[in-house]
Amino acid sequence: MKSILRGAVAALALTAAGSVAQAADLKACFVYVGPVGDFGWSYQHDQGRLAVEEHFGDRVETAYLESVPEGPDAERAIERFARDGCGLIFTTSFGYMNPTIKVAKKFPDVKFEHATGYKTADNVATYNSKFHEGRYIIGQIAAKQSKTGVAGYIASFPIPEVVSGINAFMLGAQSINPDFKLKVVWVNTWFDPGKEADAAKALIDQGADIITQHTDSTAPLQVAQERGVHGFGQASDMINFAKDAQYTAIIDDWAPYYIERVQEVLDGKWHSHSAWDGISEGHVVMAPYTNLPDDVVEMAKATEAKIKGGWEPFTGPITKQDGTEAAADGVRLEDGAILGMNWYVKGIDDKLPQ
Amino acid sequence: MFEAVLLTVITAATPLLIAAVGELVVERSGVLNLGVEGMMIMGAVVGFAVANQTGSGSLGVVAAIVAGMAMSALFGFLVLILVTNQVASGLALTILGLGLSGMIGEAFIGVPGLRLPELYIPVLSEIPFVGPVFFQQDALVYVSFLLVGAVSYMLFKTRAGLILRAVGDNHVSAHALGYSVVRVRFMATLFGGACAGLAGAYMSLAYTPQWVENMTAGRGWIALALVVFASWLPFRVVAGAYLFGAVTVLTFHAQAQGLGIPSQFLSSLPYLATIAVLVLISANRRLTLVNTPACLGKPFVPDR
Amino acid sequence: MRIELVKRKEHSGVMALLSPVIAVGSTLIAAALIFTLTGKDPALGLYKFFIEPLTDTWSLQEIVVKATPLVLIACGLAVCYLSNNWNIGAEGQFVFGAICGSFLPILIPDFANGATLPLMLVFGALGGAAWGLIPALLKTRFNTNEILTSLMLVYVAGLLLDYLVRGPWRDPGGYNFPESLIFSDAATLPVIGDGRMSISAPIAVLVVIVLAVVLAKTLKGFEIRVMGESPRAGSFAGFSSKRLTIFAFALAGALAGLAGTMEVSGSLNQLLPTISPGYGFTAIIVAFLGRLNPIGILIAGFVLALSYIGGEAVQASMGVSDKITSVIQGLLLFFVLACDTFILYRLRFVKSRKSAGVPEASHV
Repeated sequence: MKSILRGAVAALALTAAGSVAQAADLKACFVYVGPVGDFGWSYQHDQGRLAVEEHFGDRVETAYLESVPEGPDAERAIERFARDGCGLIFTTSFGYMNPTIKVAKKFPDVKFEHATGYKTADNVATYNSKFHEGRYIIGQIAAKQSKTGVAGYIASFPIPEVVSGINAFMLGAQSINPDFKLKVVWVNTWFDPGKEADAAKALIDQGADIITQHTDSTAPLQVAQERGVHGFGQASDMINFAKDAQYTAIIDDWAPYYIERVQEVLDGKWHSHSAWDGISEGHVVMAPYTNLPDDVVEMAKATEAKIKGGWEPFTGPITKQDGTEAAADGVRLEDGAILGMNWYVKGIDDKLPQ
Repeated sequence: MFEAVLLTVITAATPLLIAAVGELVVERSGVLNLGVEGMMIMGAVVGFAVANQTGSGSLGVVAAIVAGMAMSALFGFLVLILVTNQVASGLALTILGLGLSGMIGEAFIGVPGLRLPELYIPVLSEIPFVGPVFFQQDALVYVSFLLVGAVSYMLFKTRAGLILRAVGDNHVSAHALGYSVVRVRFMATLFGGACAGLAGAYMSLAYTPQWVENMTAGRGWIALALVVFASWLPFRVVAGAYLFGAVTVLTFHAQAQGLGIPSQFLSSLPYLATIAVLVLISANRRLTLVNTPACLGKPFVPDR
Repeated sequence: MRIELVKRKEHSGVMALLSPVIAVGSTLIAAALIFTLTGKDPALGLYKFFIEPLTDTWSLQEIVVKATPLVLIACGLAVCYLSNNWNIGAEGQFVFGAICGSFLPILIPDFANGATLPLMLVFGALGGAAWGLIPALLKTRFNTNEILTSLMLVYVAGLLLDYLVRGPWRDPGGYNFPESLIFSDAATLPVIGDGRMSISAPIAVLVVIVLAVVLAKTLKGFEIRVMGESPRAGSFAGFSSKRLTIFAFALAGALAGLAGTMEVSGSLNQLLPTISPGYGFTAIIVAFLGRLNPIGILIAGFVLALSYIGGEAVQASMGVSDKITSVIQGLLLFFVLACDTFILYRLRFVKSRKSAGVPEASHV
């Protein structure tokens, strides 16, 4: 017991010394909703953090808290970082929105970046990626490659981002095959490999020969590999898990954004904004196209180029499931309509939970 | 179509079945180990790690069993030797297992796993319908079938089973007859740990061959529920595990059909179904009382 | 050689005091070992984990915030466990209570006056009690195992909350994101201190005191203890185990529901798809760590909350894996349980006499 006490005293001295000798110009801190080992959403954010460390070296120090549940613990985690001297804090889940705003009010000198939300303040910026751009492309690939004309979609939760992903996929598929069918299964989890695998199997058994997912684990792709059908990686390049089954993957690459924003803080040029970038800015990256014939790869690359040229997949004519018009021919949906989407496009064989 | 659904149900049910049969033996000896989830996740991570390092799936399975047993030995030491509260010790085991597995597994995230090969049983696998469903599975599915048969035989047809049940039903008399209650219970606990470890290996080497944190996602708890659900009879565990698996899988099929029922309601069906069946079974007192180990969860300290 | 437990003639007063100290000491040693094994400075790790959070008013208040729901729920669970009712579904009772406590500010946001908050708390407690009564009634009516039904209902309550927040109770101005309206000030618990502490903390302390008195001094407390230790003796004394089961579950559910409502009203100010980081399960540990004694639970709740705050601290400042928190919690519980054994028993080392194998029993 005595030695522990002595150790504690020594440690006290150590930390005191440590805080004096702080060399970094900025401490950038990250709050993750899942474990960094989910190989999905939080993993990709952490890859972004590591890129920041690599890029800035000793100038920037980073820290993170993982598996912080949305709810009462989130505010504490964010405030801890604000108190610990973090100059820039990334809160990487939608449910952190109100806690981020609350803490930001208390710490006007600290900059906050909240992912996927819609509330900003002078010191709170929001950022998100146009994942639906990638989904449009994989929808096109699916329609080209499917023999049964049916794809299965494993969805997590009915939030706008997931819904707009389903719609973009369907619009892409319909651009190739107007009669394309899409079956949607909601698994009510971001992450449960067993459940995701079961859902994939159910979809394949119902005739889907293309599986796509908006959940985080590699399980659906592994099932696709086993059953000899095809699919797409989510968040990370999952080719190692499904060498013959993955056509491509929609990769969330947060590194460019994180490096850019850290640089802006270092230069004193940081301003609050609502960033929403996609393939053009390199925030959404398509993994190498594999297991595909050349003409399909070319088509996918052409669509990529078209998007880089400023084209938006949600450009009319778009008809909603109930037959009403969402966008007239040539009219582009407004950003707000995409970010808050809660309706299906025509042709989807599912009822959106209301 | 039906055949395909059954195939899915079997893989979904097998980990539940293996873990539940193990826990059934533990509970028959009068010990309640709520740490199934913790032992299972340790089995999953150790099985994955060893298979990954050695390139051998079978070694992975063996290692998972050993890991499950090691966890259960810790539990056994506490509740049997030091007579600690079984509910609390089981919970502690789960928390410890979830944490430890996460730490061990950090190196294996994003690493593709090894898949246990499927074994086609000659001749039998050729039978239409029955063949593909029951005889073209991976080895652990057959193990789960054998396990149920063996446990049932052991419990009701052998002396060892008789002793085990005697210890679970009335430890005072069993002790008076000269049986070592603690020893029998320790063995049973180890067996339960081995099964939970094996179930974990099934998760990380066959069901979804990969390692990710918390990948058992509560299946240990479902296994515990199945034991009671089965009123401590091995063949009813099979029915329970397959029913639970079937309800889970069918809810996905219902959704894929586009029925438009709120998915949260469908997701809660397996749990509601479990409660409903539990009530139906337990309402029949004669049936449950006969099979319930009377000393379940009660500590035993030999008086000398 | 074999180890044997020998029952002491009476409780060891020395061990009763020493046991928690030894348990905490062993946990510290184990924690130091883990830090060393993961390549971190053990002294610094222990300091950051266990001591630093106690040296700062902000983190002290955060510990109280975290401990409050744990203590409230654990108090109810203690009554259940003392009377042999294995309620492990407090998480569901917490969630369902929070749902019931929140319908007022969400569905009738214009009803904002002095009565709002008390009504919310009452509805929350009633809701939690109702959810707790389901396994209780199934147990008393159909003899259904309460461990499993209460656990299954946790998942159901979670999915119900999910459905509400994504569907009918969704904030119409929230861009279709899964969150409810933000509560009005009249529906928000008053804050005390300069941090996030609300009046839920003193309420929890009050509950602890009342329960301690009830358990120690009243007939009800006597009934709970007797029925737990010896239901047969209890039934001779005229106590009904069925009535007690219903009472215990209703009380535990009410306290969990109250905790849920206060958490939503005091710290979240809205309903979200997840409102609890597993409070209902952690509270089970708190109940046992506190030896099912209200005062003990108060201390245990504080210690466990410290382990969360400390775990975050080492993660944020030293980059230690967050898994270390659950490892340390698991070990602490093990050590406490093991050490408590020695209050009632002492160890005896016996040279192995005959082989301890299962002897042949001729008369089976």
